[in-house]
Amino acid sequence: MSKRDRLSGNEAVATAIRQIDPDVIAAFPITPSTEIPQYISSFKAEGLIGTEFVTVESEHSAMSACIGASAAGARAMTATSSAGMALMYELLYVAASDRLPIVMAAVNRALSGPININADHSDSMGARDSGWIQIYSENAQEAYDNMLMAHRIAEHPDVMLPVMICQDGFITSHAVENVVIEDDSFVKGFVGEYRPEKYLLNPDEPLGVGPYSVSIFYMEIKRQQFEAMSKARAVIAQVSADFTAQTGREYGMLEKYRMDGAELAILIMSSAAGTGKDAVDILRAKGVKAGLVKLRVFRPFPAEDVAEALGGLKALGIMDRSDGFSACGGPLGAEVRAALYGKADGIRTINYIYGLGGRDMRTEDFEHIFGELAAMRDGGEAPDCRYQGVRE
Amino acid sequence: MAYNTYSLKEAANRPERLVAGHRMCAGCGGPVAVRAVLRALRPEDRAVACVATSCLEVSSCTYPYTSWRDSFLHTAFENAAASASGVEAACAALRRRGKIEDEYKIITFGGDGGTYDIGFQSLSGAMERGTDMVYVCYDNEAYMNTGIQRSSSTPAFADTTTSATGPKSAGKPQYKKDLTKIMAAHHIPYVAQTTFIGNFKDIHRKSETAIYTAGPAFLNVLAPCPRGWRYEASDLMEICKAAVESCVWPLFEVVDGEWILNYEPKKKLPVTDYLRLQGRFKHLFEPGKEDILEAIQDDIDQRWEELKALCDMA
Repeated sequence: MSKRDRLSGNEAVATAIRQIDPDVIAAFPITPSTEIPQYISSFKAEGLIGTEFVTVESEHSAMSACIGASAAGARAMTATSSAGMALMYELLYVAASDRLPIVMAAVNRALSGPININADHSDSMGARDSGWIQIYSENAQEAYDNMLMAHRIAEHPDVMLPVMICQDGFITSHAVENVVIEDDSFVKGFVGEYRPEKYLLNPDEPLGVGPYSVSIFYMEIKRQQFEAMSKARAVIAQVSADFTAQTGREYGMLEKYRMDGAELAILIMSSAAGTGKDAVDILRAKGVKAGLVKLRVFRPFPAEDVAEALGGLKALGIMDRSDGFSACGGPLGAEVRAALYGKADGIRTINYIYGLGGRDMRTEDFEHIFGELAAMRDGGEAPDCRYQGVRE
Repeated sequence: MAYNTYSLKEAANRPERLVAGHRMCAGCGGPVAVRAVLRALRPEDRAVACVATSCLEVSSCTYPYTSWRDSFLHTAFENAAASASGVEAACAALRRRGKIEDEYKIITFGGDGGTYDIGFQSLSGAMERGTDMVYVCYDNEAYMNTGIQRSSSTPAFADTTTSATGPKSAGKPQYKKDLTKIMAAHHIPYVAQTTFIGNFKDIHRKSETAIYTAGPAFLNVLAPCPRGWRYEASDLMEICKAAVESCVWPLFEVVDGEWILNYEPKKKLPVTDYLRLQGRFKHLFEPGKEDILEAIQDDIDQRWEELKALCDMA
């Protein structure tokens, strides 16, 4: 029996971790994900989990220990944010190329500087080329549900890649919401046992992990990562469909909100999607043909789904919660425009940079954006990229 | 095998766990250290070797080949101890959950770059956490893999490619960090300093003690580098002997906090007898450098007296 409980995003994710009961967790505290290792420690103290908890001295060591544990054959997890993730960057690439299905609870927070503890996506966007699967959650329920799906995706033989489940710092991680928590036994059954094919602690077949690879082999290894990431699309769809069938909660690569007959839409990830949906409701009530697409899976990038979801629009606002400092937009802007090119041409787009360092994104901000999109639909000129909600 | 029954012949006849075909240089101390440490494993015992990025790593596990009979893990330069602590945690969790039966000895190898410097934090963390592993530093006193740059382990006045000598420089201006002492300050069960001497009894016994002591153990092995130190490959053993006889590299161990000096030369060699064997100190034997040689001797003497005091032999 599932039950409804009042939980913050961090509590929801910690609950999922307790239910999954992984073999090894290595983590180092950093705001706003600190609560997760704190919960792990109390679960251990109460005898609720059999996990080995490695209380490392840095996030670099946290990811290193996860790699060691995962290579050894264990199911390994970590949690981090911001500078902590940045300190892991070197090892994120190693985890992916070693094809280790590590799962990370990522609680998105701005990167310094200036130092700031609030939400934006600059931390995980900095890891977007590291070879990790990235799944973004709108609220605590999604963070919980995505965590339950993460190992099935990561450990699938066609995939064998690490996964980060992202939620917005404070907005999701600390706000208390009603969350449906599944039965412990359901979770155990859904997640299943991890049975690695190759691992260091296999007495019948010693293994070398992380060899020096010269140019005659390196590129083949990268090509296999590409293959795995490509196959991850189908695996994510399949695991999500199974989850939906068993819980009734719907998940795909993206979510379309009031897109039927929409002329204007925004594409967005994570918590601000909720506010965006409210804005769409307000505008629809006023007769504006507004819609929203929430991207759940950023890596692998579901280009075809994006083109299909947005095809037929007249104007689109692409919402980036980080700036790539290319001076022509954020990472989502570049990838969404590339996905549309040749597949859904003719849509006029503005790439908005919003919510940096936890800057609020209100329904009024979205209404303003839809106003700009409407003006552009009607022939007005607009820059390719602009900041929303900033003093200029 | 107990200390008093050590036989080089028996040890040398154990199956090799780092096999021939690796690409380390002739006369390098690195693979000698690894083989000496691994020989202390009981042949029936299983091990996982965790290796920091180093000459050893790139030369002994070059895809698709490996010289390691045991499972091998390399992740990066600065994190061998942290990676090893993940392996240890996995071992503990999987054994407790009945997913594996065997016990594994976790043995980590890093050069002085990966140990004294960039990997120092992760080493300190893993030791402080009580990780059941042996960390072996094969100390060749510079970043040899990138082409002989100075490290915090490089002795004062050595010529390296980032402590170059010339009219305005006599080599590295700073003295060597005493890492073994720092590791002892972690209050772990076993810390030892060794090198290749005589019939390898010292390194064998210390490796065996380190491997079969529960909890963290640290071994610092002086492992000369023919390219960086500039000696003939055949001179490896002579250099190690001179390091010990001149008290540049004393043999000692710290067992549960008790400092034990394992060897006291009957007649301490002057440090110049050690320095003269190596091209990296050649510039110190030019006229007008006598004060530098004296300063080096004073430093070695002071460290030796400090060590003897710790070992209660002053």
